Amino acid sequence: MEIIEVKNLKKSFKTGDKELVVLNDISFSIEKGDFFSITGRSGSGKSTMLYQLGLLDHPNSGDIIIDGVNVTSLDHDGRTDFRLRELGYVFQDYALVPDLSAIENAAIPLLMQGLPKTEAYQKAENALQKIGMGERLHNLPNQLSGGEQQRVSIARAIAHDPKIIFADEPTANLDSETADTVMKAFLELNSHGQTIIMVTHEPEYAILTKRAIKLGDGKILADGAPDKIIHL
Amino acid sequence: MEKPNKKNGNFLISLKLGFFLALRQVKHSNKATTALIIFVMTLTFLNLVVVRGVLVGLIEGVVKVQKEAYIGDIFVSTPIKKDYIENSPQIISVIESLPWVASYTARYTKGGKIEGTYKDRVNYTEKANEANATIAGINPENENATSHLSSKIIKGQYLTKDDTEYVVLGAYLLKEYFPVESAAFSTMSGVDIGSKVRVTVGGNTKEFTVKGIVKTKVDEVDMRVFMLDTTLRNLIGRTDYNVNEISIIAKPGTDPLFIKNALIKNGAEATAKVQTFEEGMPKFVTDMKNTFAILGNVVGSIGLVVASITIFIVIFVNAITRRKFIGILKGIGISSKAIEIAYVFQSLFYAILGIGIGLLILYGFLVPFIEAHPIKFPFSDGILMAEVGATFLRVFLLALATLIAGYVPARIVVKKNTLDSILGR
Repeated sequence: MEIIEVKNLKKSFKTGDKELVVLNDISFSIEKGDFFSITGRSGSGKSTMLYQLGLLDHPNSGDIIIDGVNVTSLDHDGRTDFRLRELGYVFQDYALVPDLSAIENAAIPLLMQGLPKTEAYQKAENALQKIGMGERLHNLPNQLSGGEQQRVSIARAIAHDPKIIFADEPTANLDSETADTVMKAFLELNSHGQTIIMVTHEPEYAILTKRAIKLGDGKILADGAPDKIIHL
Repeated sequence: MEKPNKKNGNFLISLKLGFFLALRQVKHSNKATTALIIFVMTLTFLNLVVVRGVLVGLIEGVVKVQKEAYIGDIFVSTPIKKDYIENSPQIISVIESLPWVASYTARYTKGGKIEGTYKDRVNYTEKANEANATIAGINPENENATSHLSSKIIKGQYLTKDDTEYVVLGAYLLKEYFPVESAAFSTMSGVDIGSKVRVTVGGNTKEFTVKGIVKTKVDEVDMRVFMLDTTLRNLIGRTDYNVNEISIIAKPGTDPLFIKNALIKNGAEATAKVQTFEEGMPKFVTDMKNTFAILGNVVGSIGLVVASITIFIVIFVNAITRRKFIGILKGIGISSKAIEIAYVFQSLFYAILGIGIGLLILYGFLVPFIEAHPIKFPFSDGILMAEVGATFLRVFLLALATLIAGYVPARIVVKKNTLDSILGR
């Protein structure tokens, strides 16, 4: 069952008089429960693709349908609400709010959804327990290591049971040992049916996903099993 | 019907989340910076209230002393074309019969001259040590009950009913207290308690001993020579008991208009001018009061603008340095409204604490202190006017200005493109 369907997606940027086409008439779909990686060289449009799929940016044309909803036609508030309820994000640099403890960071989307504080904190705590951060609930981000911060970031992304998690180079700022822990957390989540879309330039992590696309020159250069396309 | 409810619900959630974020932000902010911002807000609040309060209080001091020492609640005076209030005894008997009158004093007044150190004068070609003055004849007890004149004696003593040979001098008749001399206005020097002075009034001259010196900072009082009413009556030959002015104090809680109306009803206006304190007060005092209030508001408004700019800068710097986190919050679905509200709450926190401390200083210290130790201005003892209504209007204005100053920069930063904020471009 498809959870994302991308049709004729086009995204370009204007630099002076020139138009730089980053994504050119791209179409593909992603199955529910997939662990999907987007790879490619630097500047190939990996992150741009993720931002379009994750509703953080608007494509110039084309459609993105997520779980039956054409999200390209949503207005600003609709997109914000959709991101809040249906999507989760993990950023390269963790992006935790520095004034909030681990549990508060994870609870924020739930509080915004209108959940009572106790329920929101309970769900946030469950999410943190799930990724092995149950002992650091009340620590501020600056009291956590990079890997721990990234795991809190994952907890924030999963606490509200989103349909899809978007991860933008989640291991890029981590040492290999910590990066392995983070990837294990993703694999564990995916094993329970969580759809994850991850941008990565690291083949050793892309290869752990179920499916990958390789972008280049605004097009999909390859699409399939990661081990088959990663070295193309 | 459903849409507005959802909107209201979202707003409430944003409000709660905004408060939550603001609380955490303040909790983890730099304590010294927070204290400094609160200190600025306290100073701004005091600037807003105290500058105006002192300026208005300065004139209020004039008004207060005019009322206390001279005019009273109701002032009955001689019509312009008359020498005195005709039928004064009848008016006085009406006053005595009114239940709203706490006290009154009837004064005889006449222009005259007072001369000091005349016994030491050797050269009669030189100008005499004299001053033009209003000679006032009073009943010391009635006068004191009404104007509390004895409390304004700065040297010597107040008159008693037996002091037929004594006078109390207004301080402005003496160079020592009023070192101004012009062709139109002269003061005496070398005259002190116990000095002999010669008073010339109504063509008669009599020698008196100075018993006291009074200073009220009301020109009309401080340029008078006070003596017993019986003495002045004899000097000017006023055998009909017609006085020149009557100052009346109403009982506490009584509207002085009752007294005025009763006097008018009894025909007092046929022979006298009957005025309330407000009507009797010189117009320039009212004009000055209004002008000073405007001045105070102008100075206060400048403070308000400075405080707004301070808060604007603080919130703007705060928000711009957290632009990435604002972007992230928006990215994960937190509404712009909640983030803006967080900054509004944060600025309100500064305002409320600053104002709270300001109110404590104002009503806990400044007002009672200045009440007990009035600011000595040349023409009044200035008090700090901080009426609760006016103060809370300024509290509201400062809170509103802070709210706007917190909202605008937050809005500017929050409005920026989410992805640009996240990527820091």
